[in-house]
Amino acid sequence: MVLLTRKIEFSAAHRYDNPAFSPEENRRVFGKCNNAHGHGHNYTLEVTVAGEPNAATGMVLDLKDLKDLLEREIMQRMDHRNLNVEVPELAGKIPTCENIALVIWDLLEPKIPAGRLHRVRLYESDDLFADCYRATAAHGNGNAQQGSAVKQ
Amino acid sequence: MSGERKVAMGRRYKFSASHRLHNAALSAEENREIYGKCNNPEGHGHNYVLEVLVSGPVDAATGMIANLADLDAYVQRHVLDDYDHKSFNEDVAAFRKIVPTTENVCVDIFERLKNFSQATLERVRVEETGNNTFEYAGDANEEPSL
Repeated sequence: MVLLTRKIEFSAAHRYDNPAFSPEENRRVFGKCNNAHGHGHNYTLEVTVAGEPNAATGMVLDLKDLKDLLEREIMQRMDHRNLNVEVPELAGKIPTCENIALVIWDLLEPKIPAGRLHRVRLYESDDLFADCYRATAAHGNGNAQQGSAVKQ
Repeated sequence: MSGERKVAMGRRYKFSASHRLHNAALSAEENREIYGKCNNPEGHGHNYVLEVLVSGPVDAATGMIANLADLDAYVQRHVLDDYDHKSFNEDVAAFRKIVPTTENVCVDIFERLKNFSQATLERVRVEETGNNTFEYAGDANEEPSL
């Protein structure tokens, strides 16, 4: 198996605010991220596809196809958008790195043109990222049985 | 179908520390041969980068696996307070008996962080320099991580 990773960057605004919380609770739980008018990040997304290189082309998949998929599904949906109000898949969810990575996984996973989606890593900044990956894949200590898997 | 998928959160921290790679059970020549420059008697130091990866269910109310401020405070208290601007050999108890290679540093950090209550510690990754990186995921992990 070979892993292939494509990286893209997009810029978006977000705000962490749970309407079920009081204003004080929102400020306490989310801190600066609760700022009333939002804030933004330059996100870096790494999409990793696993597969066997095709004997005729030497490729796991055509990078152009992956690039087009990322442009269509991610860039057009999220780049220079407000994640709270302009991305329907995030409606009703706090647009944390974790939730955005899950949405990106669900958008891409059924549409990967060859091979299969192995990991989505979304950096919000150099110091913070979320990984979404197959629960059965070897990753860290693989403790999928510890209740950390999310059933689709 | 997407099947089962899992989410993890990675957070990076920085600390600066000194160390000397030296095994008292070996001769001076052997130490020099094995550890090279890192055996310098007066030690040397690095700006380390620590990457902590935790996994768990995403809390629907917060959208988070774990509260970042709590994770930061936990890492600060259990690792950075003891490590940053310290000498591994002289100031950190674990390295009085074992050589403070970054492999051993990874294991020590994992042990210090594994009881974080809000999420499962998946892996620690330490960059000693931009060119040397080490990872440890606990004894349970026999597969190399991605």
